[in-house]
Amino acid sequence: MIAILDYGSGNLRSAQRAFAHTGLDVQVTSDPRTCIESDGLVVPGVGAFQSCMIGLEVAHGDEIIKERISKSRPVLGICVGMQILFSHGLEPSRSHTQSARGLGYWDAEVSKIEAPVLPHMGWNNVEADPNSELFRGLSGETFYFVHSYAAKKSVGSKQAWTNYGETFLSAVEDGPLSATQFHPEKSGKAGLAFIRNWLGTL
Amino acid sequence: MTLRVRIIPCLDVTDGRVVKGINFKNLIDAGDPVEMAALYDLEGADEITFLDISASSSGRETTLEVVRKTAEQVFIPLTVGGGIRTVSDVDQLLRAGADKVSINTAAIARPELIAEIADKFGSQVLVLSVDARRAQTKSGFEVTTHGGRESAHIDALEWVEKACNLGVGEILLNSMDADGTRAGYDIGMISSIRAITDVPLIASGGAGALSDFAGALDAGADALLAASVFHFGVHRIGDVKRYLLKEGYSIREESNQ
Repeated sequence: MIAILDYGSGNLRSAQRAFAHTGLDVQVTSDPRTCIESDGLVVPGVGAFQSCMIGLEVAHGDEIIKERISKSRPVLGICVGMQILFSHGLEPSRSHTQSARGLGYWDAEVSKIEAPVLPHMGWNNVEADPNSELFRGLSGETFYFVHSYAAKKSVGSKQAWTNYGETFLSAVEDGPLSATQFHPEKSGKAGLAFIRNWLGTL
Repeated sequence: MTLRVRIIPCLDVTDGRVVKGINFKNLIDAGDPVEMAALYDLEGADEITFLDISASSSGRETTLEVVRKTAEQVFIPLTVGGGIRTVSDVDQLLRAGADKVSINTAAIARPELIAEIADKFGSQVLVLSVDARRAQTKSGFEVTTHGGRESAHIDALEWVEKACNLGVGEILLNSMDADGTRAGYDIGMISSIRAITDVPLIASGGAGALSDFAGALDAGADALLAASVFHFGVHRIGDVKRYLLKEGYSIREESNQ
């Protein structure tokens, strides 16, 4: 069973349908036990960095992720769900004009992309590590992005990179913890293949 | 290796059915929005837009069901517009499976709605749809309502600037002069709006010849929305993409895996 962590309103159903398309049982849930014991946990992103962190902590998502990682149980962060895995984010919010603290699994900041048109919205290339499990068979495919902030420093054991105005991290694989800046659930056939690859590693 | 130009077919939906003429081969039921969205996805659409023109609340309920069914089988971004007046309308659509919503009249009546939606869900879910036409205003373009029949007495450039400051994530610019003419996008309008905003810009209204699509991109559009040329089979999405590729634009091609 795959759990999609529900910690706020947003288009979680979109993710649920794409993961369910693979034929697996997928639950959108905030129940800690279900989230901890599922075969794989998906952490989608909702809103800005800081509001995402607040929502995550209210739902005890920070503890759920920590517990899973300590037991080497797979976690996949998507979009802002990737960003909050870094040490801090520079996206301003109403309550926070300074940088906001992230979960700190990877030591890098998530900062604004330097590009003339933002958000970076649409389909773009992903240059993945040739030994990547998650991008196997997906060389040359494009994926769907919607974001204005990204991490730009190499972290984890395998990385994928995308260029839009500047080069940023579009995916990270690091033991049980994986993350994508793009939305695999919205990336057509390539996205579904990526999801199947991730499910294959569980 | 760069961000791709997006080609977006738009389907007008009322009471769960696609309206406006549809003339398509390989369709069992040309009026079913779910089936049409799936077909456009198969043909290479980069996003799908539904415009809900239902007049009744039961019609809107039906649209939610259409969004749910579409999201079960179409795994590219889905934008839904039409009749959105509150944060709770947006919440319902996102929960049904929409990825973005577009707002128009309600934002003109109450601009704070933009900030309310952006605060709750982020700017990236919010598309501002602007129905504009040439007029004797400061910029030469004004905002209209009621499908271009009435003036909103707002300058189009001033409106876009204000909306961007309030937090829209994308602009859908519909030229009401060009709409339905197939005589080409309003290039001057696109470049004027491009000059004052740094959010993605979707051009709409007037697509006819294949070269029209290139013209809108040259004027600064990031994405191209069209309805009738696709619905009537004047061009298939693949035709537009092949043309743009040949002309040196970057488009998305999907391998058949």
